[in-house]
Amino acid sequence: MKNKIIFISILLGLTQLITAQNLISKNGHIWFYSYTPVEDIEAHNRQAVSILDPKAGTLQFTMLIKSFEFQKKLMQEHFNENYMESDTYPKASFNGNIENISGINFANDGDYPAQVSGDLTIHGVTRKVNTAGTLSVTSGVVTAQAKFIILPEDYNIVIPDLVKDRIAKEIEVNVDVTYNAN
Amino acid sequence: MSMKYFKLGLPIFILLLPAYLHAQDMDELLEEATGNTTEYTYATFKSTRIVSGHSIERMQEGQLDFRISHRFGEINSGAYEFWGLDQANIHLSLEYGITDWLMVGVGRGTYEKTFDGSLKFSVLRQSKGERNMPVSLSYLSTMALNTLRWENPGELPFWDRASYVHQLLIARKFNERLSLELNPTFVHRNLVSTELDPNDLWAIGAGGRFKLTKRISVNVEYYYVVPPIHDYRSNKTFNPLSIGFDLETGGHVFQLHVTNSLAMIEKGFIGETTGNWLNGGIHIGFNISRVFTLK
Repeated sequence: MKNKIIFISILLGLTQLITAQNLISKNGHIWFYSYTPVEDIEAHNRQAVSILDPKAGTLQFTMLIKSFEFQKKLMQEHFNENYMESDTYPKASFNGNIENISGINFANDGDYPAQVSGDLTIHGVTRKVNTAGTLSVTSGVVTAQAKFIILPEDYNIVIPDLVKDRIAKEIEVNVDVTYNAN
Repeated sequence: MSMKYFKLGLPIFILLLPAYLHAQDMDELLEEATGNTTEYTYATFKSTRIVSGHSIERMQEGQLDFRISHRFGEINSGAYEFWGLDQANIHLSLEYGITDWLMVGVGRGTYEKTFDGSLKFSVLRQSKGERNMPVSLSYLSTMALNTLRWENPGELPFWDRASYVHQLLIARKFNERLSLELNPTFVHRNLVSTELDPNDLWAIGAGGRFKLTKRISVNVEYYYVVPPIHDYRSNKTFNPLSIGFDLETGGHVFQLHVTNSLAMIEKGFIGETTGNWLNGGIHIGFNISRVFTLK
């Protein structure tokens, strides 16, 4: 009797592992823009990690702040040292869900609108966010794109008066991830 | 605990294991994506100078630093000189990062109407991760040409006006706030005031910064000049000691300080500082640094 229970649970556990065919990316591209009349700033992170569970619709992102690359290295230094305080808050992450996951057929090629909601953590501050993105399936390969706006002040990122006209009030964040099945 | 619960425990554990594995995934993945990289320390100091002397910092590739430095006269010069503010001593310089590890600079200062040039390159960079390095090490070489009119009789060969400084910069950023630096220094002057004055001087500099806020730090710099064995120096000189603040505003760094040295080039402030802190022989001064990205 005892062996049976263990055997069944191993079986159940394995099925759970196998069916949990998570989609994984280790080279997600996250970038942001800050547009002002004085200066346009952009920075790219090509080492973002993401896991998407196509069954349950859970979606996770995490990345190192120091992996964001700016064209101006002094700006990158200031970004880490003065604004994001990346020694204290090394990561940014997202934990959420694709609300309409049941409407997405991963077996069929196509572009599917995705309604995403969850918790976004930047600079140690976690906030609920909602955004619309696109999931694309092209011959079995799943990619995800999204674009949303964040306000630095929402995440306690202080911008001093002296540089206020150089850094946008609204930062446009872009996401582009290609998943590998795992 | 009864055996019954224990027996149930194992199946439950096995059932929950996959869920546990999921939770682990994110951090492991991030480690895999970014783990094999070396993280170099940045912003050990806010500027390429601690006060008058060089810090470990360089301009990165394609960045140009325009510096305007200024020292007023000695505070003890009294009300007639407006406590030194009537006198102006400037040093202007342009310093450019040819690569991330090599910086060159040119400058011109009021002190002895000096033209100067510098070369600074990085040998080691403090880092952690794949490559662990406890300190940063750079080499600095500067040359200065005194262009004051030669008032003495006879011709003076051009190169007699030159002096050279070689310096090792060894720095460590201990944490977000505290950075310290040691600078073993060799100064060679082709021409000195008298025959008994030494042409060569050895010195060791020590400097540091402590950040008070994200954008303001307090800096201290001191050079100990090793007295020559047979010390017949004709001018009474003092070891330079400087204390100041750095204010960084994104692109600009303002450095405000008090120091007993007037010169802003190594040869001058290490070997020829005549101000004495103890009787008010100190100068108020500032440096302004503006960084331009050229490519």
